[in-house]
Amino acid sequence: MIHVDHLTKRYGPHTAVDDVTFRCEPGTVTGFLGPNGAGKSTTMRMICGMTPPSSGAATVAGRPYRQLPNPGREIGVLLDASAQHAGRTGRETLTLAARTMGVDRGQVAAKLDLVGLNATAARRRVGAYSLGMRQRLGLALALLGDPRVLILDEPANGLDPEGIYWMRGLLRDYADRGGTVLLSSHLLREVEAVADRLVVIGGGRVVAQGGKDELLAGAGTLVRARDQHALRLTLDRAALPATAGTDGGFVVRAEPAAVGQAAADAGLVLTELRPAGTGGLEQLFLTLTAGASTKEAVR
Amino acid sequence: MTTATAPTPTAAHARPEPAATSPSLARLTQVELRKLADTRAGRWLLITIGLIAVAIVVVQLFVTDAAEQTFSAFFEPSLLPVGLLLPVLGILSITSEWSQRTALTTFALVPRRERVIVAKLTAVVLAALGSVLVSLVVAAAGTLAAKATGGAGAWTFDWRMLPHAAVFQVGSVLLGAGFGLLLLNTPLAIVTYLLLPTVWSVLAAMIEGLRGPARWLDTSYTMGALLGPDVTAGQWARLGVSLVVWVLLPLVAGLFRTLRREVS
Repeated sequence: MIHVDHLTKRYGPHTAVDDVTFRCEPGTVTGFLGPNGAGKSTTMRMICGMTPPSSGAATVAGRPYRQLPNPGREIGVLLDASAQHAGRTGRETLTLAARTMGVDRGQVAAKLDLVGLNATAARRRVGAYSLGMRQRLGLALALLGDPRVLILDEPANGLDPEGIYWMRGLLRDYADRGGTVLLSSHLLREVEAVADRLVVIGGGRVVAQGGKDELLAGAGTLVRARDQHALRLTLDRAALPATAGTDGGFVVRAEPAAVGQAAADAGLVLTELRPAGTGGLEQLFLTLTAGASTKEAVR
Repeated sequence: MTTATAPTPTAAHARPEPAATSPSLARLTQVELRKLADTRAGRWLLITIGLIAVAIVVVQLFVTDAAEQTFSAFFEPSLLPVGLLLPVLGILSITSEWSQRTALTTFALVPRRERVIVAKLTAVVLAALGSVLVSLVVAAAGTLAAKATGGAGAWTFDWRMLPHAAVFQVGSVLLGAGFGLLLLNTPLAIVTYLLLPTVWSVLAAMIEGLRGPARWLDTSYTMGALLGPDVTAGQWARLGVSLVVWVLLPLVAGLFRTLRREVS
């Protein structure tokens, strides 16, 4: 449903998005992961025709976004929840969109209800909304035309934990009914609970992509020993590439058997040895995107 | 705000057919008209325009001689102050999309941006024509009030005034819209629009050679001719030239700028 082919965006000498290619299929949630400034938003804006790409192309439902006659009925877009007129009420914001798309007015109340904005909240001006409420309004706006594709940029920003849990359920359900979801985040934990596929971007380039399980499986082995220092030396001696994990252990890019053997040969007592799973993916995410986030500070 | 009820979004695939037709220009114009009035700032701008028309008539009731209190005398003076505010309406309708960043939503729903611009221009032109109607109604009320308070209250009106007034107000609102579209920035556009006539008069006073061109390019001068029933061919020509320079060119350049501009 979403095809991104070799999208590149250059701003002068700076390449914000560099040859990004991926696909999103119906029935799946694709997590678009990367640190701030990695090029996620720019890529999404290019998909939605907001930013002209320097090269490459993107299509949604088989067509470039700008050629869709009534895109709101096919694609729900939430690029920035704060980009709403502060002086309009929530209900008015949706009413304008409903009229533009030719959607029945009853849908406005239905979608407000769906995202948990009650009548009082709907009557307030958006300027008085919290970020979480704006995200809900933005989600209502995206869902208003009953689209088959959702493109959401950092939709969990500003939502409380319960709100994040609620949104996961909504998106999972939406995809299970055949919808296509592309959602970005700079937090791995936020996305891994709901995504089927992951596209990891750093410094404008895709650094990893594939099924979540596939990426998890390839994430290596987590190992912990009573003597961490000796373990480090042992792993180095056995030429097993290891990086210090977030919580004390090591993540090794090798099978558990190879790591266990090396430890046994060295006579070490292991306290933990298992496939790294999500911890490994986090490690992968951190290492793959390392350096990209420091560039962000300069940009 | 923290409801965690089981979500029931409308089935993504259950919909029979996606609406494959673009929203018509009429529908987009309706939406843009609604946008003019659905924010506090917009509503107050419209109310202010109406109140100014009323205030002018009330002042006329007190200051002009009883014999001069005719329909025409009430109608004409209301045009100028209203025409001063209409460009602000034109500017805001374009620039607020950028300053409030609603362009992100607007262009997501209507990616063919030129259609949005055409709808916006149509909406502000309709608003300008509406303002002429308001001026007519207020002038009629003023005439009735004049009759009741011992004034002339005569219904004398040169009907040629009406198309002139319409051109004046439409020109004014498009002047603002052109500046807004070209500059895409509210304060910059408003300041430029407000300063321009002053700059012309100052320059024309200082530089002898500019006085000739000013008669063709200073819109406050060329459009002023429309405030009476008689407009000569020469005045129409000067009006046309000034409108091409200050309305048509900014609109065309601004349209290209808007089509190419990155929305973020």
